[in-house]
Amino acid sequence: MRLAIDHRTTYRFTNPQARLTQLLRLTPEDTHDQSVAGWNLHVDCDARLRYGRDGFGNRTTMLYVEGPLDSIEIHVSGEVLTNRSHGIVHGGHEPLPPELFLRETALTKPNAEIISFSSAISETDPVARLHALNLAVHRRFALCRGRPVAGRTAIEAFAEGKVSARDLAQVFVTAARTLGVPARYVSGYSPSCIEIGDGRPAPHGWAEAHVAGLGWVAFDPCTGLCADEAYARVAVALDSAGAAPVAGSRLGEGDEVLDVDLHVDRAAGQ
Amino acid sequence: MGQAGSTTPRDELAALGAWIETTPDAELRRRQQSAEATFRQLGITFAVYGESDASERIIPFDIVPRIFLADEWERLSVGLVQRVEAINAFLHDIYGERRILAEGVLPPDLIFGNPQFRPEIAGIRPPHDIWAHICGIDLVRTGPDDFFVLEDNARTPSGVSYMLENREAMLRLCPELFRDFHVAAVDSYPDRLLETMKSVAPVGVAAPVCVVLTPGHYNSAYYEHSFLADSMGIELVEAADLVVDDDVVWMRTIAGRVKVDVIYRRIDDDYLDPLVFRPDSMLGVPGLIAAYAAGNVALLNAPGNGIADDKAIYSYMPEIVKFYSGGDAKLPNVETWRCREPQALKYVLERLPELVVKLVDGSGGYGMLVGPTATKAEIESFRAALIAEPHRYIAQPTLALSTVPTLAAAGLAPRHVDFRPFVLTGSKGVQVVPGGLTRVALKEGSLVVNSSQGGGTKDSFVLMDNGAGAQPSHPLQSQTQSQEQVS
Repeated sequence: MRLAIDHRTTYRFTNPQARLTQLLRLTPEDTHDQSVAGWNLHVDCDARLRYGRDGFGNRTTMLYVEGPLDSIEIHVSGEVLTNRSHGIVHGGHEPLPPELFLRETALTKPNAEIISFSSAISETDPVARLHALNLAVHRRFALCRGRPVAGRTAIEAFAEGKVSARDLAQVFVTAARTLGVPARYVSGYSPSCIEIGDGRPAPHGWAEAHVAGLGWVAFDPCTGLCADEAYARVAVALDSAGAAPVAGSRLGEGDEVLDVDLHVDRAAGQ
Repeated sequence: MGQAGSTTPRDELAALGAWIETTPDAELRRRQQSAEATFRQLGITFAVYGESDASERIIPFDIVPRIFLADEWERLSVGLVQRVEAINAFLHDIYGERRILAEGVLPPDLIFGNPQFRPEIAGIRPPHDIWAHICGIDLVRTGPDDFFVLEDNARTPSGVSYMLENREAMLRLCPELFRDFHVAAVDSYPDRLLETMKSVAPVGVAAPVCVVLTPGHYNSAYYEHSFLADSMGIELVEAADLVVDDDVVWMRTIAGRVKVDVIYRRIDDDYLDPLVFRPDSMLGVPGLIAAYAAGNVALLNAPGNGIADDKAIYSYMPEIVKFYSGGDAKLPNVETWRCREPQALKYVLERLPELVVKLVDGSGGYGMLVGPTATKAEIESFRAALIAEPHRYIAQPTLALSTVPTLAAAGLAPRHVDFRPFVLTGSKGVQVVPGGLTRVALKEGSLVVNSSQGGGTKDSFVLMDNGAGAQPSHPLQSQTQSQEQVS
């Protein structure tokens, strides 16, 4: 499948900012089943960009801007070609071993409710168990329309009835780890989530769980299915904060207003 | 100077015995007070955590120095160099190839499940591949030649300002001792530290700009930060003074931006860069890790070092030293039971009243049970904690720590001590500073030397000989002189 992605992130500041420093994870990378066919990152002001990788192997862009700055638009666009892989990730850049993804973080700490939720899964086959967990998370929550609540933990999300895609993925990751399965958060793009929700565009978040013999397998609790060829993965981490498309720091008074415009279009053929 | 319980001084230290005997108690006390008054004036204070009044205190100073003979020091140094080289090799490996795991020397979950292993910095190579530039290795002694490592401090060990200030006070108040003993100087420490910093600057920087980065004056070790910057003649900066642009670190000065090449940071990893670690950190510099990853700045010590001095890793240090150095560890560990192992846990639970139990991620004497001096209730609460979360604890035997003469309320008395020497690693090698911080448990019988738990400090003399021939020719005369000098 050919996915055409056009993603604009705009920050408008109520007061001019003296400086902006951002760590962007907005560049997808090739795997066996995903080829990036042209990718552009464009910023609408005089910014200095530096390219690198974070500890999880994700491609990063450091963005440095001197003010005064009233707004900034970060625009990424390009095409990603994907193959049908039944959710299995082949040939990803993996600097860290699966065992690392058993650890909990502040956002993915379980509580008794999450533990009892995941331990209610009765399947014993590793893959079937993860499918069952994915479906259980999918069925337990309604998908929230609108932007995810910043900094919401899995425990907080679990207490809600209606949550964002990010929350669902983070609950899945947290619950899978309580079953002793390495799991991680994935940020990227998929038209599926936009189609399910109210159409308000946002980068997508789903999960990958590690199965011995198979490797990393992608599950999307938004759909209750494995992530298929309509997904372009960009970054992985222990939780949503670690894989955040934009982590930023600004020097200046006032507030910021975030606006996201995203189009992910499926084009037929390879 | 003796072993546990012994109050007979060692022969080589007769001169110290003579000095103690011939200097009246009141005079020793007066000098001690004078030293403490100076420390208070300088502001060498610390705050005790968890106290509601949280008043600033000075760490009590003991006037009687602790002495190491040249031979003893030589043996210690060799062991320290070996240990610190192994720590550096371990950090290089664990954030890179992870050969030590591939060869099955350490259980992988000990690393990957450990919050001190920082995946955020995996793959980064620090300039010159040096990670633990400044180590403070805590040692205890249980016999004439029996030194054990109690703890490795490879993050931001503090206490070196006490080593320097204690020596300064001793030179001023007890000059006669420096005539009776050939004491190695420690005052070159700031020069050695600066030399170490310059040596690890990114390759190609001709005249590196070095700074000390402090979290600010609310930090309990702020005095040390300013003292070190001052004595090295470099800037003491806070996060707001630094800015990262284009993956390069700059310092704002009245004359404009100055590029910074080497940062001795006294801020914990968690707070170093809000884009990578805690996003709520106000103490850190956004982009600092990017500049570091790009090889444009050296950070002392390297982020991620906590995995080397974690108490859970500690018990594997003999294997780690052997793996990287090829030989047995010259400085042994204290025997340690890892409560994460069921057999060890069982043993520990059966012997709680005899053992010392520690939280693997605790420090400063917090989260610690000293079995022999604990109440029944304390033991039972630790028992419950151990059963609930065994992986968080290790246990060690209660050591018969050496004692040294210390000026107590009722006169000279033996008190238990430990010792923190400082080891510097630069691109030109490893060096052990001939001195260190002796911490003393001032309460009779106490084994807890932490300043937050009622411990004090004293000067540590490293002799350039073995004490022979160091007999004072005229002890009385030297004492008279010193009184004239200080009165």
